[in-house]
Amino acid sequence: MTTSPSDTAIAGFASEEMRRRLAMRAFVQALGMLPVLILIAILFQFLSGYAQTGSFAGAWAEGRFMSWQNLSIVAQQAAINIVLAAGMTFVILTGGIDLSVGSILAASAMVAVIASKIPDWGMLGIPAALAMGLALGLVNGALIAFVRLPPFIVTLGSLTAVRGLARLLGDDKTVFNPQLPFAFIGNGTLLGVPWLVVIALAVVIACWFVLRRTVLGVHIYAVGGNADAARLSGIKVWAVLLFVYGASGLFSGLGGAMSAARLYAANGLQLGQSYELDAIAAVILGGTSFVGGIGSIWGTLVGALIIAVLSNGLILVGVSDIWQYIIKGFVIIGAVALDRYRLKGSART
Amino acid sequence: MSTITPLAAPILEMRAISKTFPGVKALSNVALRVYPGEVHALMGENGAGKSTLMKILSGAYQADPGGEIRIGGETVHIDGPLTARRLGVSIIYQELSLSPNLTVAENMLLGREHARLSFVDRRSMNALCAPVLQRLGVHFSPATRVAELTMAERQLVEIGRALVARSRILVMDEPTTSLSSRETERLFDIVRQLRAEGLAIVYISHRMAEIYELADRVSVLRDGTHVGSLDRAELSAEKLVRMMVGRDLSTFYKKEHDAHGSRGPVIFSVRDVGDGSRIGPCSLDLHEGEVLGLAGLVGAGRTELARLIYGADPRTTGTITLDGRPVKATHPGEAIEAGIVYLTEDRKQLGLFLDMTVRENVNLGVIGRDSRIGGLLDRRAARRRAAAAVKNLGIRVPTDQVSVGALSGGNQQKVLLARLLETRPRVLILDEPTRGVDIGARSEIYRLIDDVAKAGGGVIVISSELPEIVGICDRVLVMREGVIAGEVGGHGHPPISQETIGAIATGAVDRPGAAAAAGLTGDPALLH
Repeated sequence: MTTSPSDTAIAGFASEEMRRRLAMRAFVQALGMLPVLILIAILFQFLSGYAQTGSFAGAWAEGRFMSWQNLSIVAQQAAINIVLAAGMTFVILTGGIDLSVGSILAASAMVAVIASKIPDWGMLGIPAALAMGLALGLVNGALIAFVRLPPFIVTLGSLTAVRGLARLLGDDKTVFNPQLPFAFIGNGTLLGVPWLVVIALAVVIACWFVLRRTVLGVHIYAVGGNADAARLSGIKVWAVLLFVYGASGLFSGLGGAMSAARLYAANGLQLGQSYELDAIAAVILGGTSFVGGIGSIWGTLVGALIIAVLSNGLILVGVSDIWQYIIKGFVIIGAVALDRYRLKGSART
Repeated sequence: MSTITPLAAPILEMRAISKTFPGVKALSNVALRVYPGEVHALMGENGAGKSTLMKILSGAYQADPGGEIRIGGETVHIDGPLTARRLGVSIIYQELSLSPNLTVAENMLLGREHARLSFVDRRSMNALCAPVLQRLGVHFSPATRVAELTMAERQLVEIGRALVARSRILVMDEPTTSLSSRETERLFDIVRQLRAEGLAIVYISHRMAEIYELADRVSVLRDGTHVGSLDRAELSAEKLVRMMVGRDLSTFYKKEHDAHGSRGPVIFSVRDVGDGSRIGPCSLDLHEGEVLGLAGLVGAGRTELARLIYGADPRTTGTITLDGRPVKATHPGEAIEAGIVYLTEDRKQLGLFLDMTVRENVNLGVIGRDSRIGGLLDRRAARRRAAAAVKNLGIRVPTDQVSVGALSGGNQQKVLLARLLETRPRVLILDEPTRGVDIGARSEIYRLIDDVAKAGGGVIVISSELPEIVGICDRVLVMREGVIAGEVGGHGHPPISQETIGAIATGAVDRPGAAAAAGLTGDPALLH
């Protein structure tokens, strides 16, 4: 499907043909990695059944992967990564990267647990975590937008510095609160759906709305597609950058509150370690281009689910921890290869 | 001068070449015959198939079965770029393919694996390249890093690369787009010299003047077919245009708006704008319904001045007023808000969002204004605006949901123009509005400019193509070395012609009587 601009120009005359091809391509792109997710899920249903029974005959029926209980666990495991990856999608759409989300999550979780101990005002833990995340994200954004430092370097720096801050906050100890007033978020359900999942889906829908239905969303795609042209066409590029890093920080703060709620505790040293890698992997698996300008939040959702399904499924099937790492790594590289292939098919010149 | 068909055997014969892409017939039954020692111009609108034909010659594409390529009388099968190079075919693309971090000699020998050079013997590489560079009359040494060279010099390195490879057929794809007129002259001298040495040169260009200057023969493609070939003696602009477009263009340049618009009230006024170093101070007035040309050599500072006015680069001096009100314009957003828009000369890098759809690109400047509640997109307005723009500007697309990167140069330019026009500007600054645009789209762009002027807007046109400036402008300011050096076409100034503009641009004369006036007024434009 590689066509050069002049060729497609000629195709403009054969417009019925072209329309059909465009529709086809749009359909394939919209589907993205969903078929892969479904395939992996089916595969694990079979394999988990096979591991149980030792025969192919009843493998499907005996599989444990597609039980409601297990799928609910998968969704909960994916929830925090979905929230982080949603913020990361904004950032990567502008052609940037945010390596600090794991550290910000840890610092925010610390703040959440510490604030939850205030008598009678324990619920303040949630806004405190959100404010912490937003503030750190805005610092990242300001350094990138105004000082014009490369995003990789800025967030690499804050990955380290904020990790230190997280340890500082709890005096380098784990902080507990067995009476955490917002623990229901981590462990309760709303109409049978875990709160973690509800929050993650709400975040995804909010992000979709911003990206596809607001002026700001178009500006995010424009900045990622061509920052110079964006500036020349009157877009305030600095405001867009401030927004995306602020949003990524805010969602990291939300992730911090979610993970504190789940654990009744937070630890500045261990919490959120290498979460940024899972978030980036989810975004890339979801088909968002690493150079910016192309991608969708639905893709990110599917990408985060693929990662969660892989982790869960490999455990169900009984693959060792070590092999899980190796397999996940190859899946990510394979997805980026796919990304390249897709870019070649589109008209990026 | 070698005219008419030479008696020698053709060095290159392409016969019955067809190329089908999925769903598209890009070339159908095209023939091309090129003789040694001739400059053979290949013309046609964008999308006519020139590039595809040349890509087949260079081995980048394979022709459909049934065609035949003969080089030096022998049938050849070109299955890749290496084969093409071995057969003596070299192509110089518009976007040069040099590595700026390597030296001239390294670039010239790049990819030509010399086993004996595997230890990178710099001295022998330089020795190999030096005489070739000498032949081209260049002043830099083979050891110079390409990054230090100008675009024109880089082009010469590309030519040198072809000569080192002992190419017999040299294809040049719009080689002058990024050259000044002086550099272009020099390139032409070299092309003529290579022709005299017996090279066959296939020269692709949109510019009629270059074809007149250089071509011994012209072949024209249209919609993937070979329309015909003309010998030098038969050349005429009307014939070529008719062959390329398939119809007559009796009034190519449009000037239906009141040609004396320059006598209307001044709507836009720029005073002493400069960047404190290279540009300015420059002043200009734009009248209601006027098309004002901004001419000058490449590097004279026209684009830089436009960017200063538009707020794309910081101004250190000067004021701007529009309709009597001062305009801050410290950021492009403020300029657009005030009613000043700027069409960049580099639409792919600085203008368009190639991955976004036609609809998104057309609406980008106005989505903020259209939005009624809290930054929500007004999708109905966007659809309406895009549909109207596609219709009014004649943008050829199957739907407005295709990404702009897939369109031809002319259609891309129209999309960009549509985006600017949607903001309902008072003043349009158009930087090389027809660069890389085919002849059909070109006349439509002239019509648009004319329409804006008719409606009472002001247009400033920056162009390196003098016939275009002469054809569409009411008045022309000429820039040289960062300042406005003179004016033609206005009241009390010489009439607009290529000669009067060229004389000021090159510094042969300033404005008539300028020497006397300079002493009295101390016009900074004349003080160097």
